[in-house]
Formats: sequence, C-alpha cells, structure tokens
Amino acid sequence: MEIPYTVEIRRDTGLNNGKIAIWLFLASEVMLFGALFASYILIRTGSTSWPRGDTILNVPLATFNTIVLISSSVTMVMAWASLMRGRFNTFRVYMASTVLLGGVFLVVKYFEYSHKFHDDLFPRTNNFLAIYFTLTGLHMLHVIGGMAVNAYFLGPGAKLWKTNPVWFTNRVEHSGLFWHFVDLVWIFLFPTLYLL
Amino acid sequence: MSEHAATTQHSGAGDHAVDIDRHVRIYITVFVTLMALTIVTVAISRFHLPVPIAVSVALLVATIKGSLVACYFMHLISEKKLIYAVLALTVAFFIVLIFVPLLTVHDGYWIRG
Repeated sequence: MEIPYTVEIRRDTGLNNGKIAIWLFLASEVMLFGALFASYILIRTGSTSWPRGDTILNVPLATFNTIVLISSSVTMVMAWASLMRGRFNTFRVYMASTVLLGGVFLVVKYFEYSHKFHDDLFPRTNNFLAIYFTLTGLHMLHVIGGMAVNAYFLGPGAKLWKTNPVWFTNRVEHSGLFWHFVDLVWIFLFPTLYLL
Repeated sequence: MSEHAATTQHSGAGDHAVDIDRHVRIYITVFVTLMALTIVTVAISRFHLPVPIAVSVALLVATIKGSLVACYFMHLISEKKLIYAVLALTVAFFIVLIFVPLLTVHDGYWIRG
C-alpha cells in the first residue's frame, strides 16, 4: 500500500505528512532536552557552590566543535538546496561533507571524554560532571542518529532520487530539520556547560 | 545517477531557481553571522562578568543564534500555521518545565515543606 501525502500536500494542513511528523518528533525532543536543562538549573541553583565550566572543560575544543556543527548545518541545508535545483552530484558532495563533519564532532568529543576519564573525572565525581556527561552524551547519541540517517540518504536511500525526486527531496529536508535541531541544542549546551 | 529537477506544486521552474538562489545567499549570510556570534560568546566569557550578567548575556547570544538556525535553516520564517501551532504548544510546556520548578527555590536555597 502506498504511503499517502509523501509528495502531495494535504488540503487541511497545507503540508505533507512527513513534515508534520518530523515537527511533532522535534517537539518531543524539545521536552526531552528541556527536562535535562531544567534539571541542570535546579541542581545549579540548589547547590552552594558551582564550578565555572572553563575550569574543568576544554573551551578551545568545544569552540572548534561548535564551528564544526554550525558548518555541518550549512552543508546540510545546501544539500537540500542542491536537490531543489536538480543537482544530484552537488547534493552528494554537501551530504558527504555533513556526515564527515558529524564524524569530526564525534572524534573531538572522544578526545574530550578520554581526557576526562584519564584525569579520573567521571559522572559519579560530582553533580557538574554528572549533568555534563548526561547532556553531552545524549546529544552525541543524536549526532550519531542524524549521521546514520544522512549516510542512508547518501548511500542506499539515494535510489529514490531516480524514481521519485520530489519525495527524496522532502525526505532530505526532514532529515535536515533533525540535524539543525541537533545543532540548535549544541548552541545552548556550549555556553551553558563550558562558559558559565 | 541522472540529474532531475525537484519541483514544487506552487511555482514554475524559473521562479523556483531564482528563489533557491536567494535562499542560498541567505544561508551563507546566516553562516557568517553564526560564526561571528560564536566568537562573541567566547570573547564575552573571558571578561569573567558576575554570574547573573554572564548567564543573561550568554543566553541572549545563544537565543539569537538558535533563532537564526530555526528561522532560516529550518525555514520557520515561512512555515505553515499548523507547525506554528505545534511549536506554540511546545513552548508553553517548555516554559512550565523550566520555570515552575524554580518557584521552589528562594535565595539560592530550596524551600523545604
């Protein structure tokens, strides 16, 4: 059975179903990260002392990662724009760059985590590190998830471009919305954890 | 893989291409702005401002950056009403989630019942 409203617009909503679905999913994601941000605020305001992030964490590495993730958001939106222009080969270059930049982000995070573990700094060490590892760990899982979906559209999922280019373009747009959300979360995590 | 033109239901191919070109220029402008604001965020943190001011400034800059990503990369600046409705509901619950628990905190300490 064919999935309805993947390409055509529903009259009542003015949208295709995939667009509504991804926004509902992102709404649930806002609440997920919101709960953890609320926990951070409550733990911090409830404690008698709280360390500045830059006394424990590596700000230059995190700044580099911020630049990497923002760049990946641009390559993602350019991948979609390339499909809108009908340029599939350009799409592949931008999408590959997006996946690669996601990989760079994870490698940098690996070095950050390794350094902390080497210094005997674990989630159990104190509340600051507990919330740091929880928030950045959950965010990393989202980066991995986004990379997996983007890699699928770069590889086997790209076959759809031959048979239904508009549907494929819509799917890449929806994948992009998730990727931009991951970037948006990092934009708030970076100052909250590293700079304040 | 052959090259296809992805078209929408609303515009002709010529108008469409011009529209996407305009979008691409906006994406590049937003990218440069985000990079500049990232540098501003780090630079401000070097001043070691008092915590309430530092938090306010950092969150203000982060909100501007987040809004740019949401409005332009996620196309929220020109989205349909249903998406805005979903997000309005999300924001309402998010505010409750963040601020209501803070009512139990007074002068930096928990109010214990």
